[in-house]
Amino acid sequence: MIPELGHFALALATAIAAAQGVLLLWGASVRDRRMMAAAPAFALSQLLAAGFSFAALVWSHVVSDFSVLDVAQNSSSLTPLLYRITGTWGDHNGSILLWCLMLSGCGGAVALFGRELPAALRARVLGVLGLVSAGFLLFTLAASNPFLRLWPPPGQGQDVNPLLQDPGLAIHPPMLYAGYVGFSVAFAFAVAALIEGRVDAAWGRWVRPWTLGAWCLLTGGIALGSWWSYYELGWGGYWFWDPVENASLLPWLTGTALLHCAIVVEKREALKTWAVLLAIATFSLSLCGTFLVRSGLLDSVHSFAADPTQGIFILVLLALTVGGSLLLFALRAPALAPSGLFAPLSREGALVLNNILLCSIATVVFLGTLYPPFADLLAGQKISVGPPFFERTVLPLAVPLLAAMAVGPVLSWKRAELAPALLRLWWGALLAAIGGGAVALGWKLVPGLGIALALWIIAGAFAEIVDRIRLFRRPLGESLARLAGLRRSVFGTAIAHAGLGVTIAGISGMALAAHTLVFLRPGQSAHLAGYDWKYVSIAGATGANFTARVSTLVVSRNGHQVVVMHPGKRSFPISQMTTSEVAIWTNGFLDLYAVLGNERDGGAVFRLNYHPLAPEIWLGALVMALGGGLSLSDRRLRVGAPARRAAAAPAPVRAG
Amino acid sequence: MNRRTLLLAPLGVVVAGAAGVAVLLERDYVPSALPSMLIGKRPPRFRLPAQPPGPAFSSADLAAPPRPMLVNFFASWCIPCVQEAAMLRHLRQGGMKIWGIAYKDKPADAAAFLAENGNPYARLDSDLAGTVAINWGVYGVPETYLIDRSGIVRWRWAGALTREVVASRLNPLLRRYA
Amino acid sequence: MRRLPPARLTPFLLALFLLAPPAHALVDPSEMLQNPVLEKRAEAIGRQLRCLVCQNESIEASGASLARDLRRIVRQHVAEGWSNRRVIAWMVQRYGSFVLLDPPFEPLTWLLWASPFLALAGGFGTVLVLRRQPSRPPPPLSAAEKEKVADLLAR
Repeated sequence: MIPELGHFALALATAIAAAQGVLLLWGASVRDRRMMAAAPAFALSQLLAAGFSFAALVWSHVVSDFSVLDVAQNSSSLTPLLYRITGTWGDHNGSILLWCLMLSGCGGAVALFGRELPAALRARVLGVLGLVSAGFLLFTLAASNPFLRLWPPPGQGQDVNPLLQDPGLAIHPPMLYAGYVGFSVAFAFAVAALIEGRVDAAWGRWVRPWTLGAWCLLTGGIALGSWWSYYELGWGGYWFWDPVENASLLPWLTGTALLHCAIVVEKREALKTWAVLLAIATFSLSLCGTFLVRSGLLDSVHSFAADPTQGIFILVLLALTVGGSLLLFALRAPALAPSGLFAPLSREGALVLNNILLCSIATVVFLGTLYPPFADLLAGQKISVGPPFFERTVLPLAVPLLAAMAVGPVLSWKRAELAPALLRLWWGALLAAIGGGAVALGWKLVPGLGIALALWIIAGAFAEIVDRIRLFRRPLGESLARLAGLRRSVFGTAIAHAGLGVTIAGISGMALAAHTLVFLRPGQSAHLAGYDWKYVSIAGATGANFTARVSTLVVSRNGHQVVVMHPGKRSFPISQMTTSEVAIWTNGFLDLYAVLGNERDGGAVFRLNYHPLAPEIWLGALVMALGGGLSLSDRRLRVGAPARRAAAAPAPVRAG
Repeated sequence: MNRRTLLLAPLGVVVAGAAGVAVLLERDYVPSALPSMLIGKRPPRFRLPAQPPGPAFSSADLAAPPRPMLVNFFASWCIPCVQEAAMLRHLRQGGMKIWGIAYKDKPADAAAFLAENGNPYARLDSDLAGTVAINWGVYGVPETYLIDRSGIVRWRWAGALTREVVASRLNPLLRRYA
Repeated sequence: MRRLPPARLTPFLLALFLLAPPAHALVDPSEMLQNPVLEKRAEAIGRQLRCLVCQNESIEASGASLARDLRRIVRQHVAEGWSNRRVIAWMVQRYGSFVLLDPPFEPLTWLLWASPFLALAGGFGTVLVLRRQPSRPPPPLSAAEKEKVADLLAR
């Protein structure tokens, strides 16, 4: 009964979404006040229906109702409760429903937090969201219904994929999806602005918090995914340039560009057309990220197997959404008058450079990911584009971006001079030179450059604050008073920038990683990076739905015991899979990483890894997301806080 | 280039991309399917021991077959090979010459497999180490190669030969190279 | 390594979240070359070669049996003193350029390798073109707006 109610709620949500799309856009164009005022009611009732539908699916998983096909295929009564819940979105159908729920959630959020928006704009934004929602809900209903029944129901389900039975992966997909879907709001604002033919400072101000929110979630989602592959796949890699990973990186890159571009729109009313295009592109790439990976065109470790009819349905849906919005863009963007002149060397100029470089990286990643199928289509040749290509092309584009990143925030708006700005960063340059030099002397050039860049970025991130509070140029008390008076978004920016620096440090550190592959008998030791790894014993163990082998390694350094590690392996009888349980010890600045391989001849194979600065990769991403969150909590950035009238006043220009 | 053309460019890119993706989906594009490097060439030189019941063959024996023939890589541990067995027997009954190479399979296991599923092969080799298969560019079993009368490889099929594959792909080629 | 029959799998796999099974199986140390310099070279070569039966993995990272065979061949050739280029060419001769995770620079991939330059040129080019075009002067103020300005100035 509950699955049928869920199915019904799904159909209801689809109908509401379609009505929301058509009626609100029509209502806004004829200025029907009552219709426009009903916008939040539409969005919230759609959210309610979608929420009920999803809850019904979760319930079916929790009670192990194997008469539901999805549950029978992705759950078992032996699966722990947490993974029965997260198994809901462990397969294609369930994850699409989650995706739709998030989209409805975005509409609901605009309805709740967008009270200050002009009624017509709000109706149009919710109308666009309703149309997109209707399309994808219809897809769920027609081509990937998670409520299909199975008769007779099997006595036991096929269990959740063991690789997914992991707390990291329990939150990774929802977070990633929330990030993807969050960009739908910026997209809806862009389409609404095109319909209205108007983009101004207020628009920039409204779009920013939504973009920032989605960006924080996507940053977190990507980082979690990368962390998961680091400890679950048991190889020590954290980024494989896999098509699915690339697909999540693309909206992150363009979303980051949009975030910076929207600042220019807000402060200087320039780059308006570009901001609209970026908003459309970012959500379009999010859609590709979610759906192209299900089409079977890309060869990926993470791919969902999907059926080709779904592929065509999705393609049509994507073409309508992306093509439709770009057609509107081509028709209406000429109406957005360009304005806001600035010199090439200025804060705006730096942000343009940021956008060009970020979008160039996005172009390369996009082309590299889609090149193999298109090479086959156009030339009939099979080629592979793997990590070596991406490393060689992305790094040279990233280096100038990172180098310029520290300078941008200390440039003034409209027109700036480079020399004084650089002079303010002398201590950062010194720090970078010392740190990078030390690494480069000791080991290698590339990690040295990476560390130098990381230090330079972190220094640059705080240079603006140091500058603003006149540290060491005025009495300390005055500086502290100024510090207390600074807006939260200033700290947010600095922290997010510093976070990227921390991540870069982590990536550079990983370039210095060492590993060894050894066969050990109990009592034997291996040596790696100054540590002695002694294999003590191995034993069997059992869990709820698996059996395991757990080994014991004692790691010591100069005779002092550092840690006892337990790398192991798990076999899941129901799904007939084995996963390796990596043992990781971290002190915050380096990871010791041990993987258990085959057991033979009374011993076992181990892969031992030494990963300097590895934790910084994910710590940096966390810091980035927190910095974004801090900015988001700034009252001035708060969603819809300023009315359009107030924001239309000329933005204050900081004296340079 | 004026501003209007620039503003149309994104739409153009997306339309072209979508058309390409549509064609790929239509063609059932499989990203991991691999074209053979042997097409239009002679098979690499090899000499392998016989797989019972044999007799063995070497690359020299493939130089100029009287009629187009098939070389099939198989293994007893391969599930699709079981499925394919009936089709191979059917082809054999139709007069097709099929030679087999057992890939990474113990001769006893392969012989048992042939006893159970029928032996469609006129000659049989055993490639226990799998090195000859790698020289052919084999990346999985079963794989079937079509060799024409001049000893040139014309076609490779990776995966089980089904009725559909034989009808739509193999038969037209057989007519062409007959 | 074994190809599963699509016909049998489809009903079940249609909607399954397909993460490659034990993706990065461990290599056995007995496969490694004794000489650490050669082993390092072999590993670097292997990392550029695609495991043909896996998804987007190098033969160094894969537990598939074909990957193991190819790893062994790479090591054998390296030990025999082959150059990196020759080892790679040997693989390409058998499996085509699909086996190269690092796509070679050839007419087919010119666009791919040029993409960073094209993207940069496109970005800077667009900025230049748009800057050179004289921006339209803002439309003259309407009567109502003039009144508003006068009103604001009078305050």
